[in-house]
Amino acid sequence: MARKITIEPVTRVEGHGKVTIHLDDEGRVSQARFHVVEFRGFERFVQGRPYWEIPVLVQRLCGICPVSHHLAGAKAMDIIAGVPPGKLTPTAEKIRRLMHYGQMLQSHALHFFHLASPDLLFGFDADPAVRNIIGVAKFHRELAVHGVILRKFGQEIIKATAGKRIHGTGAIPGGVNKSLTPEERDYFLKSPAPYNIDTIIDWAQEAIEVFKKLHQENKDVLDSFAAFPSNHLSLVRKDGALDFYHGVLRAVDAEGRKILNDVDYQDYLKYIGEEVRPWSYMKFPYLKKLGKEKGWYRVGPIARLNTCDYIPSPRAQREFEIYKAYTGGKPNNMTLHSHWARLIELLHAAEIIKDLLNDQDITGSKLVKKGKKQLEGVGLIEAPRGTLFHHYRINKDDQVAMANLIVSTTNNNEAYNQAVRWVADKYISEKPEITEGMLNRVEVAIRAYDPCLSCATHALGQMPLEVDLYDARGQLLDSKRK
Amino acid sequence: MPEKLKFSIDGREGLADQGMTIYEAAKANGVYIPVLCHYEGLKPVGSCRICSVLVNGRWMASCTQPLSEGMVIENNTPQVIEYRRAIIEMLFSEGNHFCPACEKSGNCELQALAYRYSIMVPRFPYQFPQRQIEAYPGFLLEHNRCVQCQRCVRAIQTEDGRKIFAMKNRSKDVRVNVDPKLAAKLSPDQIQKAMDICPVGAILKKEVGFIRPIGQRKYDRQPIGSEIEGKK
Repeated sequence: MARKITIEPVTRVEGHGKVTIHLDDEGRVSQARFHVVEFRGFERFVQGRPYWEIPVLVQRLCGICPVSHHLAGAKAMDIIAGVPPGKLTPTAEKIRRLMHYGQMLQSHALHFFHLASPDLLFGFDADPAVRNIIGVAKFHRELAVHGVILRKFGQEIIKATAGKRIHGTGAIPGGVNKSLTPEERDYFLKSPAPYNIDTIIDWAQEAIEVFKKLHQENKDVLDSFAAFPSNHLSLVRKDGALDFYHGVLRAVDAEGRKILNDVDYQDYLKYIGEEVRPWSYMKFPYLKKLGKEKGWYRVGPIARLNTCDYIPSPRAQREFEIYKAYTGGKPNNMTLHSHWARLIELLHAAEIIKDLLNDQDITGSKLVKKGKKQLEGVGLIEAPRGTLFHHYRINKDDQVAMANLIVSTTNNNEAYNQAVRWVADKYISEKPEITEGMLNRVEVAIRAYDPCLSCATHALGQMPLEVDLYDARGQLLDSKRK
Repeated sequence: MPEKLKFSIDGREGLADQGMTIYEAAKANGVYIPVLCHYEGLKPVGSCRICSVLVNGRWMASCTQPLSEGMVIENNTPQVIEYRRAIIEMLFSEGNHFCPACEKSGNCELQALAYRYSIMVPRFPYQFPQRQIEAYPGFLLEHNRCVQCQRCVRAIQTEDGRKIFAMKNRSKDVRVNVDPKLAAKLSPDQIQKAMDICPVGAILKKEVGFIRPIGQRKYDRQPIGSEIEGKK
């Protein structure tokens, strides 16, 4: 009998989503979809607001990586304020970078240690009572402590640059409203271990070693689970280096051939289209050059390490070379390797934070510039979860008239659906019953992308998981709750 | 020299000059009475009632009520505090005050009062009124945040003494109105003064915002009223 399986909510991701899997009369998967059931409406309700309010207003999209929205909004507003990229004062540019790399550090630490590591350390079929951050703290105490302190360090960097750990006000159109005092800088450089950047860099390196060891022990699973070829998109620095704050848009296909060759993101509408499907509030972006069917792509750590040519910090570059060697220099399409990529980025973020802290511009006093006002601006940034697009138009009275946001999670929309379909085909098709482990595999596949479904923070802990089984006529056959 | 007037406030004896209002007398004696519509140097209008005190059992607006000899004033008593809380909560319910993205946050007197009186959520239902932002050369008037205190009406004038802001309508429809021709003549300094004098984020100077970082804003380090309390 045909059935429909619903997983709602998907746990240990940020926000609310659900998965539906339809089975045909033979119990084979006929359709698998990942739905985002929240509706936010930010693009509408920022209309009418003064443009200088945007960086502070739009960051309320998210409690996990508000800095990304804050800076993407600020970058768009820089253009409107007549201060295009590269024209900020050195202090403003470096303070923003410091804020953003602090954000990368805290968000990547949160994802790997708090959200993803339970699955990797205990296995997908482990008891849910243990397979969580409390279990990690109990059985892998040192790892859990590292995770907490790595995240805290990143948050303190954000606080020092933005005024608050969450939802600060540091970036303003044309610059920033504060730099670091020498005391603030020295706190990060010279505090006793573990609260100094050298320890943080060492711990980030150790986290990579943890993953590599897990990889050695579970190569089959980590290499094959929910793996599929795709296109990849991200910003890269003009010389092809990994850059989270600014660059040009580059897209490559599953074999590494360039689809977008380092184009100016102000023209993103020439290259990126958005498709609406009736069953999800989340749009489906695609590369116009390849069309709706073939143009979908992945963003985030795995995509960034597939598009960039090198990483401009020595320890992360060494790890990047090992990572690239594993696929013979070709793009890596192994979904669970996103954890590996994320940890290399974690190390890179820590190294760049150290470089910035040692740069005297970081304590400078020239904070803001002003130029000839423009009526339209696009701000792009590499958020922890991937490329984030902010596009605004203002009217002659300085009020926002149009906003278009493509958040990282939206960019990965088709990838979630592909991942869910892969897991459903392999683990749920033609099986007599649905187990906790099967359902968790669906979640693991989604979780690899670290989705931020509402772009809003979400309390950790046991969330209810409801599974409903429907027949072909939509009649509820069974319902389970954990 | 005229004799000082004796009074008591919350059981504490005080002395003040003749001609002072209760608010001024309390301030001179290091006692904080909250105000919203009142502003130093402007003629008080007593419209917001946040400064209300009980004098011999009667409610009085302390910003307009002259001090009399022997007044027994209740200021920080549970009954008066509850009364003020209700006014603050009504103001939050009546307008659209979204502090997280307001550039006046940290410098806003309404927000600071809510913190001082530990208001978590208003007891009254939010009205969610439909209000507009009006644009003028050099500034925006954000009606969603206006508390109709009339400070701008009293304080901002052209060089030849003509008022730029005025009140229109009555009761719940009362609004600040702007003379657009005169508003166009405001200098950047006058606009800054209007923005600074506004207790909330209703008057916004164009093209700047969030200049003062968190930690350095007016009420980041101490609650509103701290500058008065205990200073005599």
